[in-house]
Amino acid sequence: MARTPKVGVYICHCGINIAHTVDVEEVAGFAGRLPHVAVARHYTYMCSDPGQNLIKQDIEELGLTHVVVAACSPLMHETTFRLACQEKGLNPYQFEMANIREQCSWVHAAGPETTEKAKQLVASGVSKAILLEPLAEREAEVTPAALVIGGGVAGIHAALDIADAGFRVVLVERGPALGGRAMQLHKTFPTLEPVAGLIAPLIARLLGHPRIEVLTEAEVTEVSGYYGNFEIEVAIRNPQSAICNLQVGAIIVATGYDLFDPTALPEFGYGQYPEVITGMEFERLAAGGEITVNGKTPQDVVFIHCVGSRDAHRALPYCSRVCCMVTARQAHEIQQRLPEANVTVLYMDVRAFGKGFEEFYDEVRREGVLYRRANPSEIIRRGDKLIVRAEDTLLGEAVELPADLVVLAVGMTPRADTEKLAALLRLSRSPDGFFMEAHPKLRPVDTATGGVFLAGCCQGPKDIPDTIAQARAAAAAAMVPLMRGKVKVEAAVAFVEEELCAGCGVCAELCTYGALALHPVRGVMTVNPVLCQGCGACAMACPSGAMNLHHFTFDQVMAQVDTLVGHLS
Amino acid sequence: MSNSDFEPRIVAFLCNWCTYTGADLAGTSRIQYPPNVRIIRLMCSGAVDPVYVLKALLDGADGVLIGGCHPGDCHYQTGNYKARRRVAILKETLRQMGLEEDRLWLRWISASEGQRFADTITEMTAALKAMGPNPMRREWAV
Repeated sequence: MARTPKVGVYICHCGINIAHTVDVEEVAGFAGRLPHVAVARHYTYMCSDPGQNLIKQDIEELGLTHVVVAACSPLMHETTFRLACQEKGLNPYQFEMANIREQCSWVHAAGPETTEKAKQLVASGVSKAILLEPLAEREAEVTPAALVIGGGVAGIHAALDIADAGFRVVLVERGPALGGRAMQLHKTFPTLEPVAGLIAPLIARLLGHPRIEVLTEAEVTEVSGYYGNFEIEVAIRNPQSAICNLQVGAIIVATGYDLFDPTALPEFGYGQYPEVITGMEFERLAAGGEITVNGKTPQDVVFIHCVGSRDAHRALPYCSRVCCMVTARQAHEIQQRLPEANVTVLYMDVRAFGKGFEEFYDEVRREGVLYRRANPSEIIRRGDKLIVRAEDTLLGEAVELPADLVVLAVGMTPRADTEKLAALLRLSRSPDGFFMEAHPKLRPVDTATGGVFLAGCCQGPKDIPDTIAQARAAAAAAMVPLMRGKVKVEAAVAFVEEELCAGCGVCAELCTYGALALHPVRGVMTVNPVLCQGCGACAMACPSGAMNLHHFTFDQVMAQVDTLVGHLS
Repeated sequence: MSNSDFEPRIVAFLCNWCTYTGADLAGTSRIQYPPNVRIIRLMCSGAVDPVYVLKALLDGADGVLIGGCHPGDCHYQTGNYKARRRVAILKETLRQMGLEEDRLWLRWISASEGQRFADTITEMTAALKAMGPNPMRREWAV
């Protein structure tokens, strides 16, 4: 290193989020006494403009060589502070963050132990920071095309937006037809429009689009490469079965959902009584002309909410967000078409939170649909009727409701193949099993894998407008690299110290990306920095210590261990 | 030092994509756990050099946790399997050195398992309290 390090340390209060449990003044005082620290400050919000200005001013006036911010997780604000450093000519890789919020102030009570932990995390950060070296950010060319997985409402919208913007799109649909689950729906809520009529023109536009290639009965079987340049293998499983290889710059996952299988809850008698059907089966019944059950017009119709939903012990812990309104629309349909019928909805709570939802729910009740807050216990047959037994939870008494037709509002579940696709695309899943977004609040369409975006119900239950909103957001996010034509390539990649390398090749055998090769003349290993993803497996395995990982070097990590264990005693 | 007032010192090497994010989620969910752990962020559990673990234990840390993605979920495809093989050998090394092998824990904790991360730290702190201080701490004292 050319110059003696001169470190600036900044402790964030995060309002009271950190300052409430950590004595930030004490931490700043401690940091100021650490070796090579030229200045240590604490401030209400380091990420605010005045907070960032403190850093920028110090870089200029004190000539800082490294900056450490002790605040939230680096996954939250590392980019913010890196950019602030860069603005004042400091290499962004000479910045380090100490996570004293998510991993300290939010998980421990106020007290000296928590402040002590914060101090040690700061000391660990500083000991790494003084060893950080400037790294050059590289850029890679982007293949100007996108892959959309799933041909439902989400996939269609994402594909159309990207193609309309001028890029080539390949849409892969597992089934034989496009339109997804929405095509199985009879009408929308609360607007009562036939769904097929809304989707069919979109499918026609998709199929006729000059820049969209649609592969049906096809499945993604292999994904390699990286952000900007993915290599995809698609297996087509129709009579002309074939293997297709594609190159794309971005991927949108829009694989949709499955439905909860109510046979898991035998008390509802689904599969046992033909008069018990799911909400989705009702859609077919309603779309098919006259509504009859066993050849007769039903007189008593009972809808049951939350079948399998909001039941952490036996089924799904979450709410599927659409079933309340789907049921209201279906009850309305029965009430309109069979005015003589008695229509009862057994509910736990009614969640009518969307635009026009509450108004529609009110209207359906005014029409004569009886909403009864009840907890159903079982369905039995008595004569030619079914009897729904339940506890009316407002009256606190057991009730029996006769029924000719029972409709179960089953919720949405992650598709059965979610796990397989998660492994292919290196995606995480939420506790509910759906694909997980990069941040639950701030990055709802991104994933932890750069260049892979989520749209629609594969990320969690949604209605049609929410699905389309997310699909078009995912399309916009995917178009950023496609339009720019370049993406930043990870600068924290592996490197070789040639004088130590014996060219044994152990590292190359471990590398998943084929990023390491023996130099034919010099007899040492070389790193392809575009292929290297910076995992560090090679560095750890190198018997002579020649392989190393930028930004997480052996010396940097050892300095952190040394500081932490040293400070512990 | 009696075991009742002994506070174990844990160094945790967490992979960026799963366990580090899981530890962040424990934070955003405000799940409380003992303040006995100090986290070092690495990109992958497969990048945990055995030397890091040995240094921490020889210098007197009472326990080391390596946290990675569940099998099949590794962001780099196979890093966690590399970590698993390495831990198996490291435990053998610890035994030969006369250290309890249970001072080293390897756990798969995903980005959505904040509770599991907090539970792991709570359990590990309790287990190390029961085990007592790292004997190396005394041996290395001058």
